[in-house]
Amino acid sequence: MRMPKVLQRFLHPVLMILVGLAGLLVVTQVYATGESLLAGIMLVTLACFLWIYTSSKTYAYRYLFPGIGAALIFVVFPMLYTIRIGFSNYSSKNLLNFQRSTQYLLEETYRGEGATYTSELHADGRRWRLRLEDAESGKVFVSEPITLGPEKPMTIKAEPLGIPLMGDEMPMKDLIEQQAFLKGITVKMPDGNPVRMTGLREFAPSKQQYTRNPDGSLTNHQDGSLLRPNMKTGFYETPSGDPVDPGFQVDIGWKHYFSIFTDAAIREPFLQIFVWTVTFAFLSVLFTVSLGMVLAVLLNWEALRFRSVYRLMLFLPYAIPGFISILVFKGLFNANFGEINLILHGLFGLKPSWFSDPFLAKSMILIVNTWLGFPYMMVVCMGLIKAIPPDLYEASAVAGAGPLTNFFKITLPLVIRPLTPLLISSFAFNFNNFVLINLLTGGRPDILNTSLPAGTTDLLATYTYRIAFEDSGQQFGLAAAISAVIFLMVAVISIIQIRATNITQDDRR
Amino acid sequence: MAIVIDKSQRWRVVAAHVFMIGLCALVIFPLLIVVAISLRPGNFATGSLIPETISLEHWRFALGIPTPGPDGQMITPDLPVLRWLWNSVKVATASATVALFLSTTAAYAFARMRFVGKKSALLGLTLMQMFPTILALIAIHAIFSRIGHAFPLLGIDSHWALVLAYSGGIALHVWTIKGFYETIPVEIEEAAIVDGATPWQAFWRVLLPMSLPILVVVFLLAFIGAIIEYPQASVLLRTQPNLTLAVGSKQFLYTQKYLWGDFAAAAILSGLPISAVFILAQRWMISGLTSGANKG
Repeated sequence: MRMPKVLQRFLHPVLMILVGLAGLLVVTQVYATGESLLAGIMLVTLACFLWIYTSSKTYAYRYLFPGIGAALIFVVFPMLYTIRIGFSNYSSKNLLNFQRSTQYLLEETYRGEGATYTSELHADGRRWRLRLEDAESGKVFVSEPITLGPEKPMTIKAEPLGIPLMGDEMPMKDLIEQQAFLKGITVKMPDGNPVRMTGLREFAPSKQQYTRNPDGSLTNHQDGSLLRPNMKTGFYETPSGDPVDPGFQVDIGWKHYFSIFTDAAIREPFLQIFVWTVTFAFLSVLFTVSLGMVLAVLLNWEALRFRSVYRLMLFLPYAIPGFISILVFKGLFNANFGEINLILHGLFGLKPSWFSDPFLAKSMILIVNTWLGFPYMMVVCMGLIKAIPPDLYEASAVAGAGPLTNFFKITLPLVIRPLTPLLISSFAFNFNNFVLINLLTGGRPDILNTSLPAGTTDLLATYTYRIAFEDSGQQFGLAAAISAVIFLMVAVISIIQIRATNITQDDRR
Repeated sequence: MAIVIDKSQRWRVVAAHVFMIGLCALVIFPLLIVVAISLRPGNFATGSLIPETISLEHWRFALGIPTPGPDGQMITPDLPVLRWLWNSVKVATASATVALFLSTTAAYAFARMRFVGKKSALLGLTLMQMFPTILALIAIHAIFSRIGHAFPLLGIDSHWALVLAYSGGIALHVWTIKGFYETIPVEIEEAAIVDGATPWQAFWRVLLPMSLPILVVVFLLAFIGAIIEYPQASVLLRTQPNLTLAVGSKQFLYTQKYLWGDFAAAAILSGLPISAVFILAQRWMISGLTSGANKG
């Protein structure tokens, strides 16, 4: 591509200035919506962008910026933000931030005294007029023409109807669509009283319920009382101390973190779930690696025919998307309609209730997870066994060793060291095997007598998910605190894994 | 290998075959039974495992073809399987493209350039990969609901939000591509630079075309990764027509609404292409990597 020299020289700086200005415009708009955190992050990103793509010293970072930036914003930042949320009372009751919660209250209205009007919208060319009829006296008023558009508050005047309105009335369907816009309209009646939309076809005097005082308190005009924000509980409170919805987010310090370890109603299920999480992860690794290893040895055994056929079939569970195979097992294990119980009933007259008995549910989970996980271990072990020099086996055959001796004295010791980091990462994966538990049992059957729903088959990860997103009032703060504790556990596992990887790499050198 | 064949060998071979066949049966059983279930009339297990009468009702459901109800009216299936599949493909294509763009450029810097903080950035990428995103679900939900206040198009229940959320998970891809770049001799790019190419042209015109195999593999892996991703999608998507397949499939097996046969048909319909792509990617991954290694 050829460009005139002047253009070439000025294109880059001009482009950068334009990008910078556009970026700043967007950032200010975001800041105006009250999302100061988001605006801050965008501003930092924009500044980094401009610096990296204009300075000649940062050439390498130009290639890194998009990828590393995305990773920082969407992976690292959420993790730090999780810890941050753990210190707040963020939940379905305290969903909004202080600014938005105040805004919500200031927009509340109540119906004041005065006449009520039935309303209709009539076309007037391309614009619309409101026809207001006093329900009691039957007097009819008509407003100035208005143009429909995006929501914005406005005040219009109305006067007694002179000539009857000719335009068609707006149908109900359109009226519903325009409701948000119409709610922003205040109509000033000839008697001086303002009325607002109080129903789809009704305008009535409506008054702002609260006004803000300079000291931050809100005056309730309906009963004259004073609301004060309580920054400890995250609610506006009446003089008698009753909270007024909606609450807002405030910091509550270490409360959630303490309650995980001190509040018996949380601590006991937490401990029970922790023990099961570790047991589940350990047994999953043990089962998948044992089965995978045995199969890998057999598939490397030259005396066995049809090995490639076996290998192909045994690899299948790995190729099927996890969410599909897990749900298939959910159906197959169903106590009443499932095919597994159909067979068990036919053969032994048994109908185990896989989903309501804790022990059976745990067994089922381990069976399914072994089915899902062994092909990976099998493939990995096959690669490692292939790398063992065959003369070792020849020597042992000369010495008259049997296959079991071969396995325990040659294969296993040589494979287990390079396998260790993979075993640890498999442990870490299963420690947080959210998809399996969430789709298969959902953590159920539940532990009895807990304040928050907690299941006997819940892992720590699914437990927090249930606290945050399922049946217990969206307690994001508490769930985030528990997540932060799990972060620490994962960090410990990761350190062990890095150590193990380094050791095996040192061995190879 | 085995020089001495003793008498027990034959028995061991037979035992191994029996074990293998038994295990293969266990692996194949769920897959075959799903095919049978999808062809069996009704949504509940009946007396026999092999259907006596073949019915296509579940396939019609999965494909969204209306069926006549008991009163003769046409009933459209209430779970839009094909739409979910389409959503999944859409999100996966977009996020695989984004992942490819982000990771090829970053991997180029890591493989070819010297800069301050290279070692710690690489270590950071490794660490990032160890922390599962499931633990940050609450923050991700909070972040996107906040973004949604400012940009409704990127808020909760939007596919773009999901694409953005997936865009951070490139650590593994960066490592894969970096490994491949390092097998390509740097002299080729140096020759291009001597001939007057800028580093960007050397990257775009010389290195990238040579790395096509790994780009295909990474694209497919990112694509599959996004299709089967469940936790983030379940948090970010809310309304039924917007769900991806991984989130929607769950709705077949509620206790109060148990659509076992319909699920079986939908599972085959959607699972088959995904598994095929996966096996293909696996193959290409192995051949792509080795052919790359031989070139150097």
